[in-house]
Amino acid sequence: MAVRVMVRRRKGEVFLAGKVIVLTSGKGGVGKTTSAAAIAAGLALRGHRTVVIDFDVGLRNLDLIMGCERRVVFDFINVINGDAKLNQALIKDKRNDLLYIFPTSQTRDKDALKRDGVERVLEELKESFDYIVCDSPAGIEHGALTAMYFADSAIIVTNPEVSSVRDSDRIIGLLASKSRRAEFNLEPVAVHLLLSRYSPERVRKGEMLAVEDVKEILSIPLLGVIPESESVLKASNTGTPVVFDEESPAGRAYLDAVARFLGEQRELRFLQPERRSLFRALFGRA
Amino acid sequence: MRLLNLLFPERRTSAVIARERLKIVLAHERASREAPDFLPVLQKELLDVIGRYVEIRSDMIRVNLGRSGDTSLLEINVEIDGAKVTPAKNGAAGDGKAAGTARIDTGATAPWVKPR
Repeated sequence: MAVRVMVRRRKGEVFLAGKVIVLTSGKGGVGKTTSAAAIAAGLALRGHRTVVIDFDVGLRNLDLIMGCERRVVFDFINVINGDAKLNQALIKDKRNDLLYIFPTSQTRDKDALKRDGVERVLEELKESFDYIVCDSPAGIEHGALTAMYFADSAIIVTNPEVSSVRDSDRIIGLLASKSRRAEFNLEPVAVHLLLSRYSPERVRKGEMLAVEDVKEILSIPLLGVIPESESVLKASNTGTPVVFDEESPAGRAYLDAVARFLGEQRELRFLQPERRSLFRALFGRA
Repeated sequence: MRLLNLLFPERRTSAVIARERLKIVLAHERASREAPDFLPVLQKELLDVIGRYVEIRSDMIRVNLGRSGDTSLLEINVEIDGAKVTPAKNGAAGDGKAAGTARIDTGATAPWVKPR
């Protein structure tokens, strides 16, 4: 099924190149893909033409999280290699007209991400989209380095846990030295901290690093704190980015993070342990 | 709980331990990440030059690139307290002009070492 990109800018509109945002962490399992899906969907909900790209070649998962796994025909690698056109590979989200998903290959390996090919595809996407959200693979190998190389902004997804914080620090160092912006002495990549799987209750008990601790240690601006929430697993079960769940604290926290990314001031929420109602205490629902 | 924290402010919770461990390990890793490649070579060459005059071991010299406000700081620490003067042979110290150095008996502590 070929999908036409319907988001080309109107004629006469001032040309503004899209911004490349990479979601990265170094460590695996911290919530990069969940966050990439949520941030991209959040940007689209705010009226921005957004595409989210899966850079995890060989371990494709963004399609599942976005709920479009059965609509994948062509992928990122096909487009890089010139085997498919961009508009044949992009999948239009069924919930939001401004949101597109760009899946990756499940069968190739990460070496298929050739830097000049990736650059060409990103430049083409910049003409049609306001934001290009890149979901980086874990690690600091070729795939992750390629995802971060072209970034204008980076969102460092971190869990309040020692190994994740350490890996984030390493990634922040790499962004400062190995990105295209660093190589060409341009304005540095804007880095933001997104603290996910946060449990205010455990922080209160002294069992988990507090948001202030992580912020102080990494010393980068805080974009948001995502509380540990049952709704995240529910969202991935059904292939719905969690921001579409209006009841979900995590979803609302992601929307706050998106608002802050767009330059708005928003108070941090969900940092206090939830009061357990008598009903919940009795019937054990968290 | 707040009151408890006020009464026992130094409660060593696991989160406090995590924070301290992270601060130490990251301070270390950042320093080595930012260090330019030439530092080990510089350290070795300095060791060779100083070693012509004073007997020092490699652990007595430390070269660091730090930061003080807006300026980068190349910090070289040479610990020669108790170091012996290198015997004057055919090196730089042995060409006659360096008699001042050569006069000191081998085995004596260097003259600039403060008496304990």
